[in-house]
Amino acid sequence: MVTARQAAETVTDPELPVLTLAELGVLRDVRESDGVVVVSITPTYTGCPAIEAMRDDLRARLREEGYPRVEVRTVLDPPWTTDWISAAGREKLRAAGIAPPGAAPRPGTIDLGPIRRAVRCPRCDSADTVELSPFGSTACKALHRCRHCLEPFERVKEI
Amino acid sequence: MTSLTSESVESADLAAYCLMLGDDALIMSHRLQEWCARAPEIEEEVALANIALDLLGQARLLLTRAGEAEGAGRDEDRLAFFREAAEFRNVRFTETTGDFAVTMTGLLVFATWRLAVFGGLTRSRDAGLAAVAKKAVKELAYHRDHAAQWVVRLGDGTDVSHRRAQLAWDSALGDAAELLHAHPVELRMAAAGIGVDPATARPELEQVLAQVAAAATLRHRPLPEPPRGGTGRYGEHSAAMPALLGELQSVARAHPEATW
Repeated sequence: MVTARQAAETVTDPELPVLTLAELGVLRDVRESDGVVVVSITPTYTGCPAIEAMRDDLRARLREEGYPRVEVRTVLDPPWTTDWISAAGREKLRAAGIAPPGAAPRPGTIDLGPIRRAVRCPRCDSADTVELSPFGSTACKALHRCRHCLEPFERVKEI
Repeated sequence: MTSLTSESVESADLAAYCLMLGDDALIMSHRLQEWCARAPEIEEEVALANIALDLLGQARLLLTRAGEAEGAGRDEDRLAFFREAAEFRNVRFTETTGDFAVTMTGLLVFATWRLAVFGGLTRSRDAGLAAVAKKAVKELAYHRDHAAQWVVRLGDGTDVSHRRAQLAWDSALGDAAELLHAHPVELRMAAAGIGVDPATARPELEQVLAQVAAAATLRHRPLPEPPRGGTGRYGEHSAAMPALLGELQSVARAHPEATW
């Protein structure tokens, strides 16, 4: 029988299905006490609607593995950061055509100049890319285009 | 006469305080959502919708906390959808609406002010509020940057965009004084180490606005003195508030038993 932690670690993110919640850094803790599995997850963004789907997916997977009593808790502190995405997770993002995030920004003063980021195309590895929109299909992604292979691609935003 | 213990006074204040911060986010989020299908370009529509979603997330957490502290069984939906205008505690500033320059200038001022206040809240004695603030400051920082980039583009743009950006700037600066008024609940919460006196946000707000105005070639003046009272924090709202709530609450009120 797989442990509750092993089962929870196989659940994937609803919006980035190439990554598990563990690789994304969203799965914070799994523990069992008195026959109840308590899973702690943290939202990527405060308003991220995927958190409800994560909750359901975790409950369903644990039930399949023989853990009928599951409590999913949401923890906010410490707040999620893209720095928690594992090395394996970053490689999977790249393989799926999504540029992984760089280092998370440090809180600082306002920057009014054009923002230049060295983002490499996940398909052809060219550094000649341009940001089309800082906000993409989900809260956590921006939209880019490669000027070398001409393909558009998404990037997980540093936060 | 009933005597209240200091603990129950504090939880009533905490409920009122969370309601203020939650209502600010809820109403600001709603005004940004109004740009859906109306923004000047599709990328901007996505941007405003995403920023509105972050604020809605903050509103949900804060209204839930307000309901728990109040202890009368009201959840986030009850508080958002079944209160009248006079029961809302958001600053009037969030009710403002107008052209794209008005929205972006308003978002810049709001995000800068809220970032300064929430920066202090990350050190709150209340662990729940501190956790919400630590999460929110990351989001508010990029809301502020996004709005600032637009204000610079509009102010330092064409004659038409400059003129409209200046009108929006003058109007927002006059209205922003309300943000620095401290309601007695905010003062008591600040004294208890739980909340933040919004007047303390002034230096950061002044510094950021002066910096953006200079880059945007906009005429700037220091913020006026805050009003002594009668702000949105006391339930005194603009004439636009009932219509705003009419739209915000219409589905929940038409189908009060619905779940989603």
